[in-house]
Amino acid sequence: MDTTLLSRLSDFEWRIEAHGKMRVPAILYASEELIRDMDNKVYEQIVNVATLPGIQKAAYAMPDAHWGYGFPIGGVAAFDPQEGGVVSAGGVGFDISCGVRTLLTGIKAAALTPLKQSLADALYHHIPAGVGSTGRLNLDDQQLDEMLLNGAQWALKLGYGREADLDRTEERGCMAGARSEAVSEFAKKRQRREMGTLGSGNHYLEVQHVVGIHDEAAARAFGLATDDIVVSIHCGSRGLGHQIGTDFLREMVLQAPHYGIDLPDRELACAPIESPLGETYLGAMRAAINCALANRQIITHLVRQAFADVIPEADLSVLYDVSHNTCKVEEHTVDGHLKRVFIHRKGATRAFGPGHPAIPEALRTIGQPVLIGGTMGTASYILVGMPESESRSFSSSCHGAGRQMSRHQATKHWRGRQLIDELAGRGIIIRSPSSRGVAEEAPGAYKDVTAVVEVAEKAGLSRRVARLEPLICIKG
Amino acid sequence: MGSTRGEQQAQEAVKARWEHYAHGADIGVRGIGRSTAEAFEQAAVALAGVITDPSRVEAREEVMIKCEAPDPEVLLVDWLNALVYEMAVRRMILARFQVNIEGNQLHGRAWGEDTDVARHEPAVEVKGATYTDLFVGQNSSGAWVAQCVVDV
Repeated sequence: MDTTLLSRLSDFEWRIEAHGKMRVPAILYASEELIRDMDNKVYEQIVNVATLPGIQKAAYAMPDAHWGYGFPIGGVAAFDPQEGGVVSAGGVGFDISCGVRTLLTGIKAAALTPLKQSLADALYHHIPAGVGSTGRLNLDDQQLDEMLLNGAQWALKLGYGREADLDRTEERGCMAGARSEAVSEFAKKRQRREMGTLGSGNHYLEVQHVVGIHDEAAARAFGLATDDIVVSIHCGSRGLGHQIGTDFLREMVLQAPHYGIDLPDRELACAPIESPLGETYLGAMRAAINCALANRQIITHLVRQAFADVIPEADLSVLYDVSHNTCKVEEHTVDGHLKRVFIHRKGATRAFGPGHPAIPEALRTIGQPVLIGGTMGTASYILVGMPESESRSFSSSCHGAGRQMSRHQATKHWRGRQLIDELAGRGIIIRSPSSRGVAEEAPGAYKDVTAVVEVAEKAGLSRRVARLEPLICIKG
Repeated sequence: MGSTRGEQQAQEAVKARWEHYAHGADIGVRGIGRSTAEAFEQAAVALAGVITDPSRVEAREEVMIKCEAPDPEVLLVDWLNALVYEMAVRRMILARFQVNIEGNQLHGRAWGEDTDVARHEPAVEVKGATYTDLFVGQNSSGAWVAQCVVDV
């Protein structure tokens, strides 16, 4: 990105003054290096977001921002319905409620070493991954509706997991305001056999070990210590969410003129929050959040089964589950007033600071865990929301490394088989049905996640707690 | 409006083909042909190419598709999304296509087979076709182009 277009507020904060049709300024959190590497399209897209009706305070780009659809990935924007605010299907994305769930295992790296291959096999056996894979459930209409309304709580009723899992899941596993009748039959049909599946692309399940602690007190509260084995699950609402995204993006594109919304880019398609289309989308999107929460809950159960087969002494508990593609109603301070706003986080993680009532009680004095996925060859991080994150970015942080190279380029640079062998040499076992899929997700195709989280910390978005490195990666 | 002899010759020289192009985190699909319909057919092959090598897919089963949209660009997104949907619910890969477009309506036929992980090695599933970089029209040499970015 051309830095002459920006004013620099600090080492890690850049501002685009409101100009043209922008209703608010845009703020980008990045180091000079990250901002120079950022696509110019991020500039264009964040400026476009700032033109949308009812936007509050500023449009934000996180340190891992990259070119998305309408909204940049790594974009955060809040809208006030009282001021004609909008909800945007493109501002949430196709993979509604994609997120990360991290599980503690109670075992140390040394105990896993002799069993690593067996655990990789067991996980790959238990968890359906990749294109065309199906789960063991085949939901009928009634079960689908119950799942869409009750999320992970529905999964628990079927025996997938424990009550304590819900305490550590955003919204206690059930997003209120979901409307199953707002979800098309197409979306439902696409989901029938996809519960408990990982998907493909950048989705994965990793067994990781804790290699570094940055914040002892927070790590202790989160139950993390050096050499601990943890499991991180990265996936979303599967076919259902993709179809809801598809359905409503089209509707919003076609109805924008009817609502008098002048779209600078069709992909920004949105509808007033207080309109029939806006309300229907919100109902469907919340149903997709429940689908994602149920999906990660079922996968948690499958991970427990795999561990029970190989390391029966392991006891898997949920550290936290947080999504990074959502639109949620939250209270935030705007111009000194507490306001109820609809906050879009697209490729951005909610990061509530200490004391927020939405944080599980046991962690409330510390702050909300922020789970950041890396790549199959690099570190992942657990961060924690800071008091400052509220004024910086409506309590939001980055979500991952962010791609720096297209899939197309990646397949020209790497071969899947060769990557798998190289990673094996470093002690990382990859299990995937597709070697091209592995090449497309090559670690080198992503930005340096360590640089991204360092900036997130220095910019006051969230603070590093622990660094994790992969040992086993199940890749869809 | 009829096309001039020069345009007709240029179009006859067009070879129907498909290609991918880079887009940040995802991938662009582009079909090129002598007509909108042919460009749509080729864009669909490009879509299959995101998932696997289309030449690995046998035409064992046929799926019929109908779409209707207010303009050709939305029609392209609808066509590709209809294929994404059919492939997802049928657990098939569709890789051969025949398209007829009349006014706002598209009638398509698609051929393919059940996803076979060992033989197809599917790289990634497509979540949906997007309105990003969406274009349906003629390029400077008279060929019809149909393209957009797909989210994977």
